[in-house]
Amino acid sequence: MAIIERPAPTVPAIVTPTTTYGLLKRPVSATGWRSWVFTVDHKKLGIMYGAAAMLFFIIGGVEALLIRLQLAAPNGKVLNADLYNQMFTMHATTMVFLFVMPMAAGFANYFVPLQIGARDVAFPRLNAFGFWAFLFGGIFLNLAWFLGGAADGGWFMYAPNSGPVFSPSNGVDFWALGLQITGIASLTGAINLIITVLNMRAPGMSLMKMPIFTWMITVVQFLLLFAIPVITVALFLLSFQRNFGAQFFDVAAGADPLLWQHLFWIFGHPEVYVLILPSFGIVSEVLPVFSRKPLFGYPFVVFSGAAIGFVGWGVWAHHMFASGLGPVSVAVFSLTTMAIAVPTGVKIINWTLTMWGGKLWFTTAMKFAIGLIVLFTVGGLSGVTHAVAPSDTQQTDTYYIVAHFHYVLFGGAVLGIFSGFYYWWPKVFGKMLNEKLGSWNFWLMVIGLNLTFGPMHILGLQGQPRRMYQWTEARAGEGFFNFAFWNLIASIGSFVLSVGILLFLINVLITARNPQKAPLDPWNARSLEWMTTNPPKEHNFDVIPTVHHLDDFFHQKYEEDSVTHTMTQVRTAEEIMAEQERNADKHIHMPSPSYWPIVLAFGLPVITFGLIYSHLISVIGGVIVLFAAYGWALESSTAPDSDFETNTPGTGLDKVASNHD
Amino acid sequence: MTDIAHGHASSTGISNVKLGMWAFLGSECLLFGGLISTYMLYRGRVTGGPRPSQIFDIPFTSVSSFVLLMSSLTMVLAVSAAHKDDDRKTNLWLTVTALLGATFVGGQVYEFTAFYKEGLGFSTSLFGSSFYTLTGFHGVHVTVGIIMLMSLVGILKRGSVPGKKAEVVEMIGLYWHFVDIVWIIIFTLVYLIPV
Repeated sequence: MAIIERPAPTVPAIVTPTTTYGLLKRPVSATGWRSWVFTVDHKKLGIMYGAAAMLFFIIGGVEALLIRLQLAAPNGKVLNADLYNQMFTMHATTMVFLFVMPMAAGFANYFVPLQIGARDVAFPRLNAFGFWAFLFGGIFLNLAWFLGGAADGGWFMYAPNSGPVFSPSNGVDFWALGLQITGIASLTGAINLIITVLNMRAPGMSLMKMPIFTWMITVVQFLLLFAIPVITVALFLLSFQRNFGAQFFDVAAGADPLLWQHLFWIFGHPEVYVLILPSFGIVSEVLPVFSRKPLFGYPFVVFSGAAIGFVGWGVWAHHMFASGLGPVSVAVFSLTTMAIAVPTGVKIINWTLTMWGGKLWFTTAMKFAIGLIVLFTVGGLSGVTHAVAPSDTQQTDTYYIVAHFHYVLFGGAVLGIFSGFYYWWPKVFGKMLNEKLGSWNFWLMVIGLNLTFGPMHILGLQGQPRRMYQWTEARAGEGFFNFAFWNLIASIGSFVLSVGILLFLINVLITARNPQKAPLDPWNARSLEWMTTNPPKEHNFDVIPTVHHLDDFFHQKYEEDSVTHTMTQVRTAEEIMAEQERNADKHIHMPSPSYWPIVLAFGLPVITFGLIYSHLISVIGGVIVLFAAYGWALESSTAPDSDFETNTPGTGLDKVASNHD
Repeated sequence: MTDIAHGHASSTGISNVKLGMWAFLGSECLLFGGLISTYMLYRGRVTGGPRPSQIFDIPFTSVSSFVLLMSSLTMVLAVSAAHKDDDRKTNLWLTVTALLGATFVGGQVYEFTAFYKEGLGFSTSLFGSSFYTLTGFHGVHVTVGIIMLMSLVGILKRGSVPGKKAEVVEMIGLYWHFVDIVWIIIFTLVYLIPV
């Protein structure tokens, strides 16, 4: 159902469905599984992003556990060298492209429209297409496991190692083409969210009144918008070399393998901010709510986020200090890398000062947010040690680097995501996650991740190289610096971590069975997404809010005493909701479900599959894409009124229509 | 494709589709930036194959470039006609634009064939690989533009444009102009500046 009618119509239904190609009736009133598959609702898509990303998180996690099993003892026998290479490549690829990015996309999809007081996104069908392209791309990437072996060149896939000579299986082809598909998903998602934020804010919501999560997501989408095409070029060059005999990375033909490294990291460094900034946004929402204080220095947090977005483009070569760039390049990139630590530090100080003097409420969401501050700082500090080029030369390709990026990505990005789960679960599903189990979830994850990644600092400085499938007792060192001890600790830690994550999944199941509904405003929250029901109605808000303040929902509930500057509650969330219900908009047009996003997205892996096996299949895929593209172009975003069975002709829908045309 | 689901005008005053196209074109800049950088790095590496100066036919490519640039003019006329709600002229100028674009692509096909016969294959040298990739990507962009223009003509004739007509014409116009501008850069860097 996509038209919200209030009160219920009394005129009998007149249904004259529009069709595409004269055959396909638009699924305007789809129910059951069809209401999910053909949906264009940003909230359903957000949940689907989250569920799919969680599945890939588990796959990537199992890959990580196999790696740690292999390395737990000297001369590991769990995996052979080839399988080990595939395992760490797919672990990283999965975690980066199929877990953190889509999970952040899920949060963004769900909450950005709610936070800016909109009823949907700018391009609902494009949004649905983005999800399906991500999902099909992710499945396509993993198909390689069953078709001759997955990619094995590391997630950075350095040339010339990625060429057909050194990677003869189809794994790299699946990898390159699969990432093209997920790249298309990210690009369309970025365009959609940027336009949503720029164009669809509620009246009164200036950019500097936007919630900080929306701000960080916006920065991320701009990073994606400009970073994705660079990796697209790199992947095309790689595919052309592997499939059509181009020579881009063929050293014998005079090619420069550094070209790949530059293209990859010009994408790859903005990409790390793509991974971390959404979590920065989440904790910037969580910390003020559970400190009972506004975010300290809101403009500084906004501008430091934007500054990270800009400077993030000027640091890529710090991934290449050991490749012989020359002293000038190394010095410049060393300096820019140290510079980017400044806006990051600004954020950490702002979060800390948000908590300073606040009435802290240690919910699970808050614990995860504090965990992010502490552990990201640890990772940030080890990051600064790589900014110093001579020190980096010592650390390159050792476990010290692995320790660093897991502290920033797991300690940072993942803890932020979990903070978001606990904070927003009641909003999305209408039920509170169990706090007691949440506490166990948090502590096991934090202990587990420190046990896993902490020892890697020592292992790395002792010289244990990354990506080696075995280490031998003979070179393991003695005493405190013994490889065997710390590798075993790291492996044990990885299982502690897994138990923590398992507790989260159990918590989700228990919560789903718990009949108790969450209160309307369980955390006494501040931003607009809480100014609606749990879960929100399909049209999000009965009345589009008019915004007067940053944290507008809070300011609707509380008023400041002009003398004492204390905030006193004047209204409850329930009262605000009741008032909205009374003044609810009568006729709201929502975008209608459509077949075409999923069909168009399905055509993409068919094309890429054909590129590897038979060009005839690609032609079929191309036909599917064209067929879907025309179907898409020929229908309007919102189905005409005549498609709806509840249509009441001439009762006011005309008034609404005039707003759009 | 009009902005639905919110009862007020867009915050910026620019429609979603137009702003979306601008964002997409921003992204395209980086795509061509990457391809152009690759070409500039590799254009002198010919390993036994023909050098750029040996195969380029500057007068021929100049003419086809001129044809492509003129198509921007006809695109402007189409947009202008669409704003005046003149369907006949909109269709006319869109068709002319597509024909000019097709002439350019035809010229590119001819050029590629000629270069291939002169010994520059896709895998002959780094110059060959990067030249065909860069100009090929541009050619594909022009081709996609032609398909969009012709589809638009068809849809206009059926009278089933989703959203505002002038807006859609203008959005495709933005894309078309972008592809033309990129060609000015490619033509200068690839053909006119000697290695």
